[in-house]
Amino acid sequence: MNSHGQRFSVFSRWLHWLMAVMVLGMLFLGIGMAASVSERYRLLVAIHRPLGVAILVLVAIRLVNRLLHPPPPLPDSLPRVQRVAATASHGVLYALMFIMPLLGWAMLSAAPYPVVIFGSVQLPPILPQDPVLYALLRKLHTDFAYLLFGVFLAHLGAALLHGLIRRDGVFESMASWGRRPRE
Amino acid sequence: MEKHPDPTANGAPLTGVRAVTRLAAIGAVLLVVAVAFAYTAGWLSPHRLTQAKMMGAFDAVSGTHPGFRRNHAKGLCVTGWFDSNGNAVEWSKAAIFAAGRVPLIGRFALAGGMPAQEDKPATVRSMALRFVPSRGQEWRTGMNNIPVFPVNSAEGFYEQLLASKPDPATGKPNPAAMQEFLVRHPETVRALAVIKNRRVSSGFADSTFNSLDAFRLVNAAGDSVAVRWATIPLQEFAADTIAEGAHPDDNYLFDDLIARIHRQPLRWRLVFTIGEAEDPTNDATVPWPENRRNIDAGLVSIEHAFSEDDGPCADINYDPLVLPAGIDPSDDPLLSARSATYARSFTLRAAEKRKKLSAAVTIQEVRAGGTR
Repeated sequence: MNSHGQRFSVFSRWLHWLMAVMVLGMLFLGIGMAASVSERYRLLVAIHRPLGVAILVLVAIRLVNRLLHPPPPLPDSLPRVQRVAATASHGVLYALMFIMPLLGWAMLSAAPYPVVIFGSVQLPPILPQDPVLYALLRKLHTDFAYLLFGVFLAHLGAALLHGLIRRDGVFESMASWGRRPRE
Repeated sequence: MEKHPDPTANGAPLTGVRAVTRLAAIGAVLLVVAVAFAYTAGWLSPHRLTQAKMMGAFDAVSGTHPGFRRNHAKGLCVTGWFDSNGNAVEWSKAAIFAAGRVPLIGRFALAGGMPAQEDKPATVRSMALRFVPSRGQEWRTGMNNIPVFPVNSAEGFYEQLLASKPDPATGKPNPAAMQEFLVRHPETVRALAVIKNRRVSSGFADSTFNSLDAFRLVNAAGDSVAVRWATIPLQEFAADTIAEGAHPDDNYLFDDLIARIHRQPLRWRLVFTIGEAEDPTNDATVPWPENRRNIDAGLVSIEHAFSEDDGPCADINYDPLVLPAGIDPSDDPLLSARSATYARSFTLRAAEKRKKLSAAVTIQEVRAGGTR
């Protein structure tokens, strides 16, 4: 509950926590994969691609859900700077959840690598072969991964600040599951 | 509890010492996550063998050559066809093996990171093929003209590479370093003995190229068998006759290949060797017994040659894990190692493309039919 005692809808909370695990897992998979020459590399790649597609599908559902069910308002007590930071960082998180899978798909297309999801399930290329463009997209995929990890850390830190120090109900609006207590 | 409500349980913001303690706890949580990320990235483990380290080893041994492959840097593009006879359909459900024609984009190359190295008989020769069926999934494979691979792990490859690094004083590898490597890698000693016993052919056209790594073929019923494969030349074998210490033309192997392709298409049989239960799939240094069943899957015909400067293979990564459903990786650790290393090499050279110098085998040389 925030100061108005409102929470995100149950579906919104489910989507948030499911995607939190997926996105954080994806960041660790990706950074591990890009360093690895070990036997794990093949497995990491085999998980990274379908997981990326799943995130792309889920973030589209999530954006529609957010437009249909707007999040509860932030408490009035929140300073303007923090309010702006919250809005901006949420915008960046949404943007990167769209951009990262699309960048991955686009860079594999430009390389060209077949975009195999699993077995004979394969996505069509979304760009023609272009090695210079591939190199650029590949670099952006890494750079944006660092940015996403940084924004994730800020998001986690802010959530814990709300929950443990400010205690203004913002943390609970996403992270409480019990019956709604009476006001 | 009713009488002494916990001040942390109500909605008032915390201040003072409790706030500071909790702030420190939040900082600790963030630090743990960040350290885990850095660990996963390998930033905290300088001894871990990473893709970047592998690239560094190639640069240390061969120098930096922007835009070129870090290994098998000197090469020639070719195109042609794979005419499948349908024999492999029983073993693999990949569309490529249905009877019919599949276009090929191939590459012949010499092992080593120097794009302008002299052609020498004993240098490992490679044939890479990309099968691009009009329907169904593509397949890429890189094969070498040696019967087994000298190492069976990424670490072995890396250490062997560093042991072969030329000593700046002599320009030659340090024999003590190689000796020290071989003492720790008896599998390499055994593999090198097998490799030394091979009969070296006169050129690319009469070389047999081997997958070295094992894979698995999976048929429509889901049955899977371990395989290795080879391309076996229909061109008659002629033994290498270049005398020790002789200096033929720097491009003599490639020029001979170009001249022969200009005369008539060169052809290889694509042959799968079916492994038995006791044949190792995770150790490319060990040969499989000679008496294994072979499946002739069809003919590889190479019809046209191109310099890498304008050829269709230059921007292809012959990643051994680009496989159609119906060809699965085995448990060979080299497959992941090769895939990861090739991918990093490809990313680097794609970014360096504008700085790339001309290939050693030039456009004019190919047009002139292998003379310069």
